[in-house]
Amino acid sequence: MTFALFAEQLLNGLQFGVTLFLMAAGLTLIFGVMGLINLAHGSLYMVGAFACAAVAAWTGSFWLGLVASLAAAAGAGALVELLVIRRLYDRDHLDQVLATFALILIFSEAMRWLFGPFPLYLDMPALLQGAIILPGGIEYPLYRLAIIVIGIAVAIGLHLLIARTRIGMRIRAGSSDREMIAALGVDIGKLYTIVFALGAALAGFAGALVGVNQSVQVGMGEPVLILAFVVIVIGGIGSLRGALIGALLVGVIDTMGRFLLPQAFMLVMEPSAAATTGASLASMLIYVVMALILAFRPRGLFAPA
Amino acid sequence: MKKILAAALFGCAMMAANAAFADPVKIGMITTLSGGGAGLGVDVRDGFMLALKQSGNKDVTVIIKDDAQKPELAVQIADEMIQSDKVQILTGIIWSNLAMAVVPNAVGQDIFYLSPNAGPSALAGAKCNKNYFNVAWQNDNLHEAMGSYASEAGYKKTFILAPNYPAGTDALTGFKRFYKGELAGELFTKIGQTDYAAEIAQIRASGADSVFFFLPGGMGIAFMKQYAQSGIKIPVMGPGFSFDQDVLGAIGDAAIGVKNSSQWSKDLDNAANKKFVESFQAEYGRLPSLYASQGFDTANLILSALAKAKVTDADAFRAALKAADFATVRGKFKFGNNNHPIQDIYVREVVKDAGTLTNKIIGVAFKDHQDAYASQCKM
Repeated sequence: MTFALFAEQLLNGLQFGVTLFLMAAGLTLIFGVMGLINLAHGSLYMVGAFACAAVAAWTGSFWLGLVASLAAAAGAGALVELLVIRRLYDRDHLDQVLATFALILIFSEAMRWLFGPFPLYLDMPALLQGAIILPGGIEYPLYRLAIIVIGIAVAIGLHLLIARTRIGMRIRAGSSDREMIAALGVDIGKLYTIVFALGAALAGFAGALVGVNQSVQVGMGEPVLILAFVVIVIGGIGSLRGALIGALLVGVIDTMGRFLLPQAFMLVMEPSAAATTGASLASMLIYVVMALILAFRPRGLFAPA
Repeated sequence: MKKILAAALFGCAMMAANAAFADPVKIGMITTLSGGGAGLGVDVRDGFMLALKQSGNKDVTVIIKDDAQKPELAVQIADEMIQSDKVQILTGIIWSNLAMAVVPNAVGQDIFYLSPNAGPSALAGAKCNKNYFNVAWQNDNLHEAMGSYASEAGYKKTFILAPNYPAGTDALTGFKRFYKGELAGELFTKIGQTDYAAEIAQIRASGADSVFFFLPGGMGIAFMKQYAQSGIKIPVMGPGFSFDQDVLGAIGDAAIGVKNSSQWSKDLDNAANKKFVESFQAEYGRLPSLYASQGFDTANLILSALAKAKVTDADAFRAALKAADFATVRGKFKFGNNNHPIQDIYVREVVKDAGTLTNKIIGVAFKDHQDAYASQCKM
């Protein structure tokens, strides 16, 4: 195995990790601040991807599509918060799960009705096409590199927003003591809508970024949603830092598992059996890791006190 | 007494009246109409319904349901169709893992199953069944053709990959059966996977001289898009599924010149095929894919058997199916002992024809090819 291959796989893991972070950040913020389990987060990811694909096809500009994905997902998020989610804060988690599961079905059917059952395709912007040679002789697709950079930038931006701004202060206050912040005269309803829309926008943004490399289709959000839940459980529910570390961990472990496990089995088995066994085990790997982490730290790596 | 006699007479009259009309036939079609695999199911359905429409047969009703590519949903739909809708024939399943979940159980209940697409090796070999007919191919076939092509084209180090499900393992087994060079690598990916970064990195590092991949539907589109962006210049090839009409538009010009194998092509020179391609285009406004051709052939096979025998007379109907006495768009078609086709398989090349990406035949890989599992079938 060469250094270049190993480094490329590490970059792939990192790239997968930052897209997971974009999903997990919103999920963990919403849970941290409002105590809400939002299964419909994957639908907002899908809404973002569809908005980007539709606007990019209509205007011919991927960048306008990206803006549209942010706007559409944030708008859908705010709307859903006002109409549905608002009524769920005082209910227990089972009610929240039921209601947001219903939202998944509604969003999926709505997208199918609007865009049809066939997948849509997003063309990559000309600026980010092709591959570049990185130091060390690693050839890597420019677009994936851009996703890594964008993801890290969003992580830093979110950290600054939460740690340094007035709205961030309110979000932090809201997650540690809801009654107190309301008593101090902060409009908690508006704060909740803003946090929900922010989380939704991040999910929609992730959907648009991923949609370029893959296809935009109904139900694309659910597999990612499951992984995002794994991420926030590993990272500690409610912790933004935990979401980042957890996302990178899951991204790298999943990619490396898919890459290394079949090769490891090849040492003891014949290639084609090793390839199937390795592939099957690799798809379980992150859940095994999650179980191990929870066995030792039941509240996740960075659970807020 | 008079009353009873009258009732009996009335009953006889009813039976006679019934016999004057052909028996109504109910066909259940379980296929994939949503998600990444929707293109395949829609084409099978459209090909099937076109044949039915052209026949003008009014006795056949088709109930169509979407399985969303989920095995548990397919099983549920099959149960419902058999028990409440009382269908006599099932068809339509695209994916081999769904076929394995539905077919053995359905044919066990004396339902006829005609596969317009999936042909898992288990159902061709030891688990073959007299009520199961495959109108498409056994899964290995098109891959075997590409294996043979790769050897002829002089490739010595091919990297092969497929999804980890019955048709995926069949695919790579089939390729290796006829490929004489060595493998630069062999990979199984998750079914429905949409990101192939890790696999593409391994292809880059493997020193392969060619790549063979079987990734049907949306998976193949995602793979080809990402492969084109990776900067790797190694030539790719695949079965027709990786490069047919349903995915070529989305892959774009990156596909031009790629070789692939198929039992059917739009430029096959026979009258049935010319009429099929023309009428499909007129009806749906797009070119047919190999899936559409399989759906079309499946419907015509059923219609040919219905013309000879009633579906309620299972033995006669089965014999009529086995005779395969219909105008296939493939030019010729017959069933082997295991109810799987014996047919020619062609090598095609992706070309741009009047602005549209499509395939043209450049050679014949196999003549009258039968699958490798037929001998394991005790029929």
